[in-house]
Amino acid sequence: MSADLSELYQQVILDHNRRPRNRGKLPTANRVAHGDNPTCGDQCNVYLRVDGDRIAEISFDGSGCAISQASASLMTTQLKGKTAIEAVKLYDEFHHIVTTGETPEDISDLAAFAGVHTFPARIKCATLGWHAALNALKGDEAPSTTESHID
Amino acid sequence: MLDSKKIRSDFPILHQQINGHPLVYLDNGATSQKPRAVIDALVRYYERDNSNVHRGLHALSMRATDGYEGARTRIAKFINAADPAEIIFTRGTTESINLVARSWAHAHLKSGDVILTTEMEHHSNLVPWQQAAKAAGATVRYIPVLGTDAEGGLDLAALDTLLTPQVKLFAFTHISNTLGTINPAAELCRRARAVGAITVIDAAQSIGHAPLDVRALGCDFLAFSGHKMCGPTGIGVLYGRQALLDKLAPDETGGGMVVNVTYESATWKPTPERHEAGTPHVAGAIGLAAACDYLDTIGREAIAAHDHTLAQLAMEKLSAIPGIRILGPRAGAERAGLVSFAFPDVHAHDIVTFADEDGLALRGGHHCNQPLMRKLGLTSTTRASFYFYNTADEIDLLVTSLRRIQKFFAGT
Repeated sequence: MSADLSELYQQVILDHNRRPRNRGKLPTANRVAHGDNPTCGDQCNVYLRVDGDRIAEISFDGSGCAISQASASLMTTQLKGKTAIEAVKLYDEFHHIVTTGETPEDISDLAAFAGVHTFPARIKCATLGWHAALNALKGDEAPSTTESHID
Repeated sequence: MLDSKKIRSDFPILHQQINGHPLVYLDNGATSQKPRAVIDALVRYYERDNSNVHRGLHALSMRATDGYEGARTRIAKFINAADPAEIIFTRGTTESINLVARSWAHAHLKSGDVILTTEMEHHSNLVPWQQAAKAAGATVRYIPVLGTDAEGGLDLAALDTLLTPQVKLFAFTHISNTLGTINPAAELCRRARAVGAITVIDAAQSIGHAPLDVRALGCDFLAFSGHKMCGPTGIGVLYGRQALLDKLAPDETGGGMVVNVTYESATWKPTPERHEAGTPHVAGAIGLAAACDYLDTIGREAIAAHDHTLAQLAMEKLSAIPGIRILGPRAGAERAGLVSFAFPDVHAHDIVTFADEDGLALRGGHHCNQPLMRKLGLTSTTRASFYFYNTADEIDLLVTSLRRIQKFFAGT
């Protein structure tokens, strides 16, 4: 397996793909958003229970490639307990990682997605869940698609 | 089988390495590769004959016009049209279908009418009909596909109830780009004619893969793209029976398609010019004619036989992979030269990325067939699609790559 490909499919990603965290509907959710990647048919729903300014609980479901599923799974572990402002900041950092491959020292698991930057077609897979989560946070429940925002 | 070594030497693009492996191009359903003869025709046109057509009297314009109109004649012969005027040059299948959907449907569809199509259509032969129906207050109905994997093809028994006199137009694909199903096009046209419905065949996947005779099929319209039959991108054809085309109002208007223009109004030339406003894709048409010549040198009967052999071989070998789900006709049944499949635990896009590392070009996704995917409980499949330059060895490489990918994602 090539270095680029093993960088893309890191153990952390494979693990989240095989055993997704926080997968399924959230019965107590008070925010929901749906994300679509029309290019490949990937879908992702993100469910949030927002308590005051914080994400008290978060889950996702949907279907897609290993990158999109692992990214959504890992995202749920990172966003729980965060405020909306912190969530947007974390997404900006994640976006920087997947588009440049540069990994800040203080970012742990999200750095596993650095390998995505050598596969530009897959950046949308990695950001699908994040877009849905940020839309849910904004209270914008219109479906987001990877075609209507800039990665 | 065709002499693949000799044939492959006609295609410059095939002789390259992808990620350290020889390119194995199995994405012919999306677009075919171009032989040297077609590339040369394009270069020759631009280096020697390039000019605008029809309205010029100088030498180059006459050469370009001859080339363009010669291409029309060549393509008419390729599909056995009765007259070159029945060949309208378009950008491709999508534009051809849209032309009928807008011009014909706009003039003829009324509230309460029915457009009949099938559940296996590419979006390009589905969305235009939805739009036309919406505009007219008409309804789109679908012939169901049979079987959990759509292995049973179209439910032809349902035609008895679906093909009513309310059906004004029946549009269907000749070969499904997702399933590999070959539809009984001549029979479907005959049935449609019996109720007075106009027929539109989407021949995007069948053109250049087997002999095609519009008069034997008995269709009213037939659409295809040049780029899936070794021709350039950006050129395609709408075939229509001349009697229909002559009565059809133009969808686009402008230069080249008018007889007389005043500040108040304009009159149209007969077909084909009335349906080709503006400067046409002259080079594309000439390249497409070169593709017709090339394919007929190989022989379309031989191409069809080669497709058949590869498809059967692929079905036999892919069926042996544990856990694979293959769409369309079962192993041993007749199918076109493409196989679309899914694994429960590995997404099509992961497969395509991994296969690319082995030099294989596959396609993953919904193949512009979202309603069918939904019906089959899938979001995406991986598709391997063949042409006459593919070999049995390449199918072995596909199978080896798939087994490696499956093993990797199973974590063993």
